[in-house]
Amino acid sequence: MTEVAANNISLSWYEASARQRIDALVDSGSFAEFIGPELREMSPHLAIFDLPEQFDDGIVVGRGRLDGSPVLVATQEGRFMGGAFGEIHGAKLTGLLRAALALKQDILILFDTGGVRLQEANAGELAIAEIMRAIIEARCAGLNVVGLIGGRAGCYGGGSLIAGTCSRLIISEQGRLSVSGPEVIETNKGIEEFDSRDRALVWRTMGGKHRYLIGGADAFVDDEALAFRGAAIDALRDGRRCDMAVLEAEQARLERRLQRFGEAEDAVDIWRTLGIADPSDVPALPTGAFLRAANDRENADDAR
Amino acid sequence: MTLDDILASLFPNGSRIETTGAMISGQAILPDGGPIHVLGITQGQPLGVDEAIVLAGRVIEIVKSGDRTPILVLVDSASQRMSKRDELLGLSEYLSHLAKALLLAEAEGHRTVGLLYGGSAAGAFIATALATGTLVALPGAQPAVMDLPSMARVTKLSIDVLKAKAEATPVFAPGLDNMVMTGGIHVVWDNNAPLAPQLAAVLQRPQGQDDRGRLGAERGGRRKAAEIADRVVALATVSHQDAQHG
Repeated sequence: MTEVAANNISLSWYEASARQRIDALVDSGSFAEFIGPELREMSPHLAIFDLPEQFDDGIVVGRGRLDGSPVLVATQEGRFMGGAFGEIHGAKLTGLLRAALALKQDILILFDTGGVRLQEANAGELAIAEIMRAIIEARCAGLNVVGLIGGRAGCYGGGSLIAGTCSRLIISEQGRLSVSGPEVIETNKGIEEFDSRDRALVWRTMGGKHRYLIGGADAFVDDEALAFRGAAIDALRDGRRCDMAVLEAEQARLERRLQRFGEAEDAVDIWRTLGIADPSDVPALPTGAFLRAANDRENADDAR
Repeated sequence: MTLDDILASLFPNGSRIETTGAMISGQAILPDGGPIHVLGITQGQPLGVDEAIVLAGRVIEIVKSGDRTPILVLVDSASQRMSKRDELLGLSEYLSHLAKALLLAEAEGHRTVGLLYGGSAAGAFIATALATGTLVALPGAQPAVMDLPSMARVTKLSIDVLKAKAEATPVFAPGLDNMVMTGGIHVVWDNNAPLAPQLAAVLQRPQGQDDRGRLGAERGGRRKAAEIADRVVALATVSHQDAQHG
């Protein structure tokens, strides 16, 4: 048994790079990468578009220890191609999930992604489907698959569907979780439907606080690596099942959400329905006060 | 082929399948006399929270019935519904929930077959067709991640330039042939022959591993994905043994 080396690196999760996040998340010095940048497994497709490649294709996968326990970890780099899923990028995560199943080890996915990489859209889309399938296979074998959302690129498109298959999600205020991005909705439906430049609208519709309040995420943390680390340790402590009973509970939970909030025009209406005294103050609340206000939130305990 | 033509060719022994709005739901009889559940989305409609929850509920009902019969998912959709309301309500959870229902149905012993007979794109494609155990298509089907005009806007390349690049690789442009080459679609059926025996052949395939990466490599549309995934598994397994012994 390796001695537990606690990690006390303090940094903004939002500002950090993928590699900084992984170093701050797992126990000090415990991370070992698979197919690292020295192997130069780059996208074979970006050159067609005269775009620069990156040696790790924007994702780092490997093994480490979290509070002494072995875990597998994948972390996306939102600053390369918006953290988007291409062929190599996606296949590294698919492989890691299959390894999790083979080794019976829990897995952490540090999302930072705009979704499918359009320059290799078909390969990226299929990678999403393969990853979701591999997650369900790992979960059916009793493993935890925990998603962490708080990066610059958010968790959009196919990334958000992958997040929806995780057993638990940890999110910060800066984390955004949504299928269609603000610009996509505006482009397709017009500025009257969604003004992508209205940042306050974006945060309250897709941001971490709203997702936590409606049960779209299980833990809300500060934009701080130590907070993500603590929440990840907690998330791995209690196992989550994945069977028909869980799915039935999720069906009931999501039906209830439509009944309760289906007519809401804006997130503030939903927060008011949840019984929050001053719903328009929610975006300004610091974490402690927000968590107190969120006491009667919807949660997804055994229904995810 | 219209939906009615497809259903007639698939189920000459009869079916009870209703279309309500954009939703398909019902049961049919296979040539061998066994039952099959049929559900899906039609008329090129978008898949939003309201549709996804109904489809998922139907899949859960089927699994709860304990009959372990096959499920056919018919798909002719747009993309996910792009709206403020859907995102406000957490569309990603609804789409994932539907995908999970289909994946768990398979794990519970139901064969799941997707039949793409029209369009489908992005999140709607992932949550329906791509969440089935075997995905087949009819000629003329139009799978896409994003249409070329939108792709041109995002990549800041002209449609002509994109079309020229699409000649050289199946990896990004929309279309059935490209999705076949990359391994996403198992087989394209012959619409000049009866569909019932073609469905029976798919149902006789052994159930099991996700072989889309291998198909993509064999067909030359996704040469690296399967190899990279396999290498990660091998490295993780070896390093695990080292860590245990070290």
